[in-house]
Amino acid sequence: MLQVFPDLKGRYGDFGGKYVPETLMGPLQELEESLDQAMADPDFLKEYHHVLKEYAGRPTSLSYADKLTGQLGGAKIYLKREDLNHTGAHKLNNAIGQALLAKRMGKEKIIAETGAGQHGVASATVAAKFGLECIVFMGEEDIRRQELNVFRMKLLGAEVVSVSSGNGTLKDATNEAIRYWVANCEDHFYLIGSVVGPHPYPRMVRDFQRIIGDESKRQFLEVEKELPDRIFACVGGGSNAMGMFYPFLEDKSELVGVEAAGKGIDTPEHAATLSKGTPGVIHGSMTYLMQDENGQITEPYSISAGLDYPGIGPEHAHLFQTKQVRYEAITDEEALDALKLLTQTEGIIPAIESAHALAQAFKEAPQMSENETILINLSGRGDKDMATLMEHFQEEV
Amino acid sequence: MLTKTSFQGKLTKTENLFIPFIVAGDPGPEWTIQFALGLQEEGADVLELGVPYSDPLADGPTIQRAAQRALKAGMSLRKAIELVPKLREHGLEIPVVIFTYYNPVLQIGHEEFFELLEKNGVEGLLIPDLPFEESEEIRNHSEEKGIEFISLVAPNSDQRIKQIAEHAKGFLYCVSSLGVTGERKEMSAGALAFIEKVRQHSQVPVAVGFGISTNDHVRLVRDHADGVIIGSKIIRLIEAELENIEKGKMDEALKHFTDEIRALVQ
Repeated sequence: MLQVFPDLKGRYGDFGGKYVPETLMGPLQELEESLDQAMADPDFLKEYHHVLKEYAGRPTSLSYADKLTGQLGGAKIYLKREDLNHTGAHKLNNAIGQALLAKRMGKEKIIAETGAGQHGVASATVAAKFGLECIVFMGEEDIRRQELNVFRMKLLGAEVVSVSSGNGTLKDATNEAIRYWVANCEDHFYLIGSVVGPHPYPRMVRDFQRIIGDESKRQFLEVEKELPDRIFACVGGGSNAMGMFYPFLEDKSELVGVEAAGKGIDTPEHAATLSKGTPGVIHGSMTYLMQDENGQITEPYSISAGLDYPGIGPEHAHLFQTKQVRYEAITDEEALDALKLLTQTEGIIPAIESAHALAQAFKEAPQMSENETILINLSGRGDKDMATLMEHFQEEV
Repeated sequence: MLTKTSFQGKLTKTENLFIPFIVAGDPGPEWTIQFALGLQEEGADVLELGVPYSDPLADGPTIQRAAQRALKAGMSLRKAIELVPKLREHGLEIPVVIFTYYNPVLQIGHEEFFELLEKNGVEGLLIPDLPFEESEEIRNHSEEKGIEFISLVAPNSDQRIKQIAEHAKGFLYCVSSLGVTGERKEMSAGALAFIEKVRQHSQVPVAVGFGISTNDHVRLVRDHADGVIIGSKIIRLIEAELENIEKGKMDEALKHFTDEIRALVQ
């Protein structure tokens, strides 16, 4: 019999669960009950799909990258175009779902954490759209690096709180968002941005992101009459990958998650949680994480702020352990090369996060036959990365 | 026949308890010994010895700062546990509760962790991010080793209060208000009613923490609960002495500290 994850304790095999202070157990229980009711309510799902269509612009396209395929030789490459989603990335799918749930629960204020600012922007966007107050926690170092997204959030009416604890990055912003939620859980909804955190968050975010995989499957069958041989997605916390992979878990397609190897997985500067991390607890969930020998969580590194996270969603940890998904790691340099190649062959500038998935696929495509197919989740567009890209490519263009 | 745990053996009374919290290694292990002895001198009944953690979800800025100072001084879970026999050598007699987040425990491994606690004579254990539903294995190990696993209840624990209180060991940590640790000016309005409710179900002393920072708070809690837990306020008192400590004025720092503690808990 097919086993359903998570189980009733919010576990994916050895991973997941609720490792949180007692003060959050009540709010998590309330969230789980409301979520279960909402997901079983056809009106709620109808509204969610309506907003995805009319507001976010879904379904996003499936594009055949003919020129790129010709240049690399080997498998045919298709791109799932989450970059065409409103606000420029897959993040909005989840933000819409959770904002609708917050409203249904009567919570008028939302809290979000953000690293690069994409989830912060998506949260600020749905807050504006649905008339909610929005507080975004962001590390002071990230605020400095992502000035443009900070301004976007403020323009959308959100309050951006600078977090100076720790190293002032996503991990610390998440800690602070959780602390704020602990103190204000009665009237605030915590809109988490990835498939991480205590149960039921990883399941909820996956279920609001599986639209990516569901659409892809339908679109792919339409053009190719069969499912892709391999599917690639980048993994930080892992929401775009989980959304893409989940509907394909029982199929023959090989699933490949791509982590950030930063300056190389043999250097201390990377964010390759599954390749180099060990099991433990982070942000309320049992999963893999990067830590020292004393169990202190260490700071990751990646050129891409969206992959710069020391943990990973518990379901990915489970899929890794059970070998249902293969996980690889791509360096900054490889990602940037792939970004440039896609930009100049297909006229699509991807986010640096998504470029990690591209880079791994580009390595494998030439080894595959022309009868085989590849699907890559292009999780977001590169507009937000222009400052980084200018710094890197200035001399070459 | 029920035998007393060493926690119960060392606890000299079950009401009007003063339970201070300090972070092991803040600002250095030798200071932890001095402050712990000072607290015992001022009437502490149980010592909560906090283990510094990089990502303390349940703690406010004051304890976060203390954790950073202690981590800088090289403190770890293992070293904090091994500090306990040293505290004893210097004359600490009250029971010691190790307060640690769960991840460092996992990295040592349950078996070895409990062997360490036993070998070093630790009487109690508190893991703030291990709620009742996730704690069965740890509770079983604790039981087996005769170490009290301290549980927490919060104002929004609702139907969970009964279950948690009935399983409580050592003392029951009652979180007085929602939020993270840290000083607050007022006790929350519903706090007293909540404490009453918890006491109805608890077989062990009920101690109140989170936000206790003035002598008025202490007196108010004392009238309604069996004990008072003070953390952030004590850390602030230690912070106030950092300059003296840096200058090597040990006696002055300790005197200030104990004077302040006396005024707080009198």
